[in-house]
Amino acid sequence: MHIHKYEKLWLIFGVGSLILFLVILAIGAFYKEIHPPSHMDTIDPKNVQEHESFKEENLGLRQVGENEYIVNVLSSGFYYDLGKDENDKAVNTIRIPVGAKVLFQTTSTDVVHGFQIAGTNVNMMVEPGHISTLETVMQKPGTYTLLCNEYCGSGHHYMAATVEVFEP
Amino acid sequence: MIEKHLSISSKEARLIMAHMYVAFISLLVGGLMGLLQTFVRSGTFNLPFGIGYYQILTAHGVILALVLTTFFIIGFQFALMSKTVGISDKQRLSAWIGFWTMLIGTLLTAGTILTGKANVLYTFYAPLKAFPTFYIGLALVVVGSWIACFTNFRQLAVWKKAHKGGKSPLLAFMVVINMLLWFIATLGVAATVLIQFIPWSLGMVDSINVLVSRTLFWYFGHPLVYFWLLPAYMAWYAIIPKIIGGKIYSDALARLSFVLFLMFSIPVGFHHQLTEPGIDPLWKFIQVVLTFMVIIPSLLTAFSMFATFEMAGRSKGFTSLFGWIRALPWKDVRFFAPVVGMLAFIPAGTGGIINASHQMNQVIHNTIWVTGHFHLTVGTTVILTFFGIAYWLIPSLTGRKLTKKINTLGIIQTIVWSVGMFIMSGAMHIAGLLGAPRRSAYSTYTGAEQVDTWIGYQLAQAIGGTILFIGIVLMVYIFFYMVFGAPKGEASFPIAEVSEEAEPTPQYLENWKLWIGITIALILFAYTIPFIDIIQHSPPGSEGFENLIR
Repeated sequence: MHIHKYEKLWLIFGVGSLILFLVILAIGAFYKEIHPPSHMDTIDPKNVQEHESFKEENLGLRQVGENEYIVNVLSSGFYYDLGKDENDKAVNTIRIPVGAKVLFQTTSTDVVHGFQIAGTNVNMMVEPGHISTLETVMQKPGTYTLLCNEYCGSGHHYMAATVEVFEP
Repeated sequence: MIEKHLSISSKEARLIMAHMYVAFISLLVGGLMGLLQTFVRSGTFNLPFGIGYYQILTAHGVILALVLTTFFIIGFQFALMSKTVGISDKQRLSAWIGFWTMLIGTLLTAGTILTGKANVLYTFYAPLKAFPTFYIGLALVVVGSWIACFTNFRQLAVWKKAHKGGKSPLLAFMVVINMLLWFIATLGVAATVLIQFIPWSLGMVDSINVLVSRTLFWYFGHPLVYFWLLPAYMAWYAIIPKIIGGKIYSDALARLSFVLFLMFSIPVGFHHQLTEPGIDPLWKFIQVVLTFMVIIPSLLTAFSMFATFEMAGRSKGFTSLFGWIRALPWKDVRFFAPVVGMLAFIPAGTGGIINASHQMNQVIHNTIWVTGHFHLTVGTTVILTFFGIAYWLIPSLTGRKLTKKINTLGIIQTIVWSVGMFIMSGAMHIAGLLGAPRRSAYSTYTGAEQVDTWIGYQLAQAIGGTILFIGIVLMVYIFFYMVFGAPKGEASFPIAEVSEEAEPTPQYLENWKLWIGITIALILFAYTIPFIDIIQHSPPGSEGFENLIR
């Protein structure tokens, strides 16, 4: 098929930029290993406590190294379970020092939820039967809102917690 | 009496108009729901009579994204087919059966939503469970649309038989491509609704595999947006050149871009699932690459459009570099509305590239940025083109004239729409980047300062939404005026001819077996391994949750 000269130039430019975009994405994905959250482990949504990470005593923020933390969260109808404090009260704020390496791990006990720390790249889907994980370094101090960004029912817009990133 | 003014027989006009009535009534009802949502999210308004926010959100999504679009597109495509290849009595009968099946399905689903038993949003993600009639209604809409598909296929086949060796009319070719795309895509949603959702919601099985249902849904959900876009492209390629007094730039290029859309729009749904667990990141990346391929036919289309405009302008004697722009009929709403839609597609398409970009998706996934994105694509590019189509299609079906007054009102309507959408969609994009979530009722969350920064944009959304609703009321008025009020007369059904300078169309572009074969091969490539993986690594299934949605 004959294609007009200008059309050819336009397509070469367009397809060229496309290839450039994809190469950049591929370098990010396969060289720097930045993939979107894609954890492959499964879990029984009716019995999440059988998994070490989601046992009651392991929920919430835990320090695991000098500047390393794990945050285990159970997501369920309108509530992020971040464990209990010393007074046996539900935790709804977690405090993380700036520059710490943090691994978020969560799963759902009921429907699909979102797990987003607004204003950051921490953003993943939480699905019953699957574990979602995301490792990040919180670079900017501030008070962030952890919120559910996938519709999960009538109280969806109340499902939130606070993440404070502080200068130690 | 009126018959002589109609561009097609009154029997055909009645069929197409039936689809149009449903479409424009849907516009009003669905638009009202949208207006109420922006009010609620501004934090200054509460819904009366115990109506739930998520109930109107479900209604808004289902009525506008599924009902309005499907009815308008199928009606419009019947008009194109009748005009170019004709419709027999038998085919018209099957078209009516399709229409009634879709309408019954729509009423069943809408009724279920109205009674508050299906607040599951238009994506109906498991394991939120709606009352079974919600899913059964949706299944009927799909089945009805399949009847329309096969009617269109039959129409072209009959024409081909009668014109041995002839090249099919361009518009008929495009309609058949779009219906093929729709048929192949809806197999996914039909599979999940019929095999998973209906038995589960009826209590015949206890649990549902969530990831399988989501994967099947998004296998359909991405091509769905091209099913909306391609009829707009049909008008851009083959109708607008006539309106501006020009010719189609190249018949072959137009067909090629449609074939590429068929091949590349279907096998990609994972970019909607980029942030979810249970899907291997390598396959997500492969689907991202395939997603990007649809940019190529979009670029082809952009080139063709501007080439057509420039040639038409130059043929009227405008020679300077950009002088031909002045030669275009800016005061003709049949041109003005779709062109504004085209311009909106530049930022809209750019946003789409960002959304599909593997890692970047994490920044905007499920934020209200996404809502802003599809209000620019479907809500502006596609819908303004549909309005542009209505300005000539409705009069030519009802045997009336597009009066000067309506033309002016239409131009005002287009401007109102663009201003409203600029404010609303712009605010959504910014708020999304700041982290505001989509599909949520008004909330101050933890009351943090961060959340405060969103509220101003939510007020802007309400202002934009109000302007848009004024646009909807204007459009619905224009529609009914064109049906019942406009003076009798003739309105043309503009179909452009191909430029004499265009190269002949190669035969292989009509090799259906080849294109369908490549499409199926691509689907198998993109889905087989990850799908087997998803099924082999299935967690125990989920029971339904209804208590969370009331």
